[in-house]
Amino acid sequence: MIIPVIEARNVSKVLGTGAGQVRALKNIDLSISGGKLTMLMGPSGSGKTTLLSILGCMLAPTEGSVFICGHATQGAGPERLAEIRRQHIGFVFQSFHLFPTLTAEENVQLALDVRGEQRRRAKAKSREVLERVGLAQKTAAFPRDLSGGEQQRVAIARAIVAEPSAILADEPTAALDSTNGQAIMTILARAGRQHGRAVLVVTHDTRLLEFADRILYIEDGVLTHEERPTANVYRIRA
Amino acid sequence: MSLALTLASRNLFQDRLRFIATLIGIVFSVVLVMVQMGLYLGFGHMVTTMIDHAAADLWVVSKGATSFEDLTLLDIKTRDRLPGINGVNKVIPVVIGFADWRRQTDSRVKPVFVVGTDLDAGALVPWNLVDGSLDALRATNAVAVDRTYFNDLGVSGIGSTAEIRSQRARVAAVTDGIRSFTTTPYVFAELSRARAYIGLPPTKFNHFIIRLRPGASLSNVQHDIQSNVPDVDVLTPAQFRDRSRSFWLFGTGAGAALFAGALLGVIVGTVIVAQTLYSSTKDHIYEFATLRAIGCSNRYIYRVIIWQALLNAVIGFALATAIGFVVVQLTAKSALPIVITPGLVAGLFALTVVMCIGSAVTAIIRVVRIDPVMVMSR
Repeated sequence: MIIPVIEARNVSKVLGTGAGQVRALKNIDLSISGGKLTMLMGPSGSGKTTLLSILGCMLAPTEGSVFICGHATQGAGPERLAEIRRQHIGFVFQSFHLFPTLTAEENVQLALDVRGEQRRRAKAKSREVLERVGLAQKTAAFPRDLSGGEQQRVAIARAIVAEPSAILADEPTAALDSTNGQAIMTILARAGRQHGRAVLVVTHDTRLLEFADRILYIEDGVLTHEERPTANVYRIRA
Repeated sequence: MSLALTLASRNLFQDRLRFIATLIGIVFSVVLVMVQMGLYLGFGHMVTTMIDHAAADLWVVSKGATSFEDLTLLDIKTRDRLPGINGVNKVIPVVIGFADWRRQTDSRVKPVFVVGTDLDAGALVPWNLVDGSLDALRATNAVAVDRTYFNDLGVSGIGSTAEIRSQRARVAAVTDGIRSFTTTPYVFAELSRARAYIGLPPTKFNHFIIRLRPGASLSNVQHDIQSNVPDVDVLTPAQFRDRSRSFWLFGTGAGAALFAGALLGVIVGTVIVAQTLYSSTKDHIYEFATLRAIGCSNRYIYRVIIWQALLNAVIGFALATAIGFVVVQLTAKSALPIVITPGLVAGLFALTVVMCIGSAVTAIIRVVRIDPVMVMSR
């Protein structure tokens, strides 16, 4: 039996307390396998980011269980959850969250440094990954000297450099123009497909649907339905 | 070099104003502690200067004598019992006391501390002579004074005269650096002259310096004297030094005041560094949350903060030490020179490191509370 990279069983999440309490997720069941790009679509406030945060072990569900590569997250403390993230998940954020005082290469290298990777090897790997995302000439640049698209590429390089089983991306193209958005999605789709990773992208940009192998729709905290496009553009391009 | 150090140093140097404010806090704190402790050491050396420069194997002092300057008297009968004790080679009397020095130039009176010296035995004689000689002190009314007190005493060098206790005194030797920790200058005179200046009868003494026979056991002789002459204290130079320091530094409260000043410096430094580290951590809170989100352990984040604290400590300490050494040079010829020893420097460095790392606690507590999910909402 193939173990799914990410699995959610009957996950619910209540946010807030008292009168302001909101049931943000309701009984979500979900299984994401490697080698595919899954998109999570839905309107604002539908629970996309909350679900991504729970699947990314940053937020604990109120009910239900989450498994990352077979590891249960239920009852795990903050350090154990950080360890699961470190070992299995790469994150790409909407606002990049690069370290402004570090160069592009150092930003990527940081993901390996926190994993205790030896400095020289981490440096070599970081360069190689930056080259893969088309930033071979910008390794020494600081984030302030990079365009939005380039910054997001650095963020993707940081997410994939440690070769995680899953990449979770929260609106990775929201801050970019369409050309850069397409380029970023191409890199993400390739990162998933060529390396057998599960890639989950949260977006509400329908122009990106062409990159998806699977599309999940969420509304009011409920996964309403899903689609599995048969021949997407990415496959044609790849 | 770990990226934790790179990140720490770049974060630190990024906000230069805050970095400078932190350094000022650390420098202020370390210099304050250094000066207080330097004064403590300087004071500690000054109060034992006579003991340090006496060629003594043992000191016989009155029972419970607090220091070299203790004016309690010993009787001649005590002296007469000492030479007969096994191992004792020489018994050298010391007389001390306050007297009034009347300046010849303007008849103003200045209190002085007279030290009677046995020139033949030579156990406690003026040192660092820069003019005149010890033999010159054998002359009638001859005294030795330190040149730093020339103005106070109204003298200009060899041949200058004054009156001590209405008796003539003539400067026959000049020393350099024999300073009193009080404002009262030391004046050395031959034993009998000193008695006359301080009004001490020939049957009275303040202390005795004991010189041992070659090969005699110090502890045995000390024990034997104590057994045979029970109404005195028999002390090694080290014991007498400790007793003097203990009295002047802690019996008078001077040491406590210096330690209180040092403690204040540590508190001020800790608060300033804690404040700036905390605000720096708050400013970089999203970076720490990102670190946490990408799976970084708390230990790694602590390392970043502690590196920042250590960088503050090392740079601040280096600047403070440089200032400290300038202060040492400036006070070298003062009434109370600040003494900075290698041990003090090492101790202060350790204190600075502990202070800066201790200051990181509030920042660490702030970081521990970071919820990585905050990076998703921004």
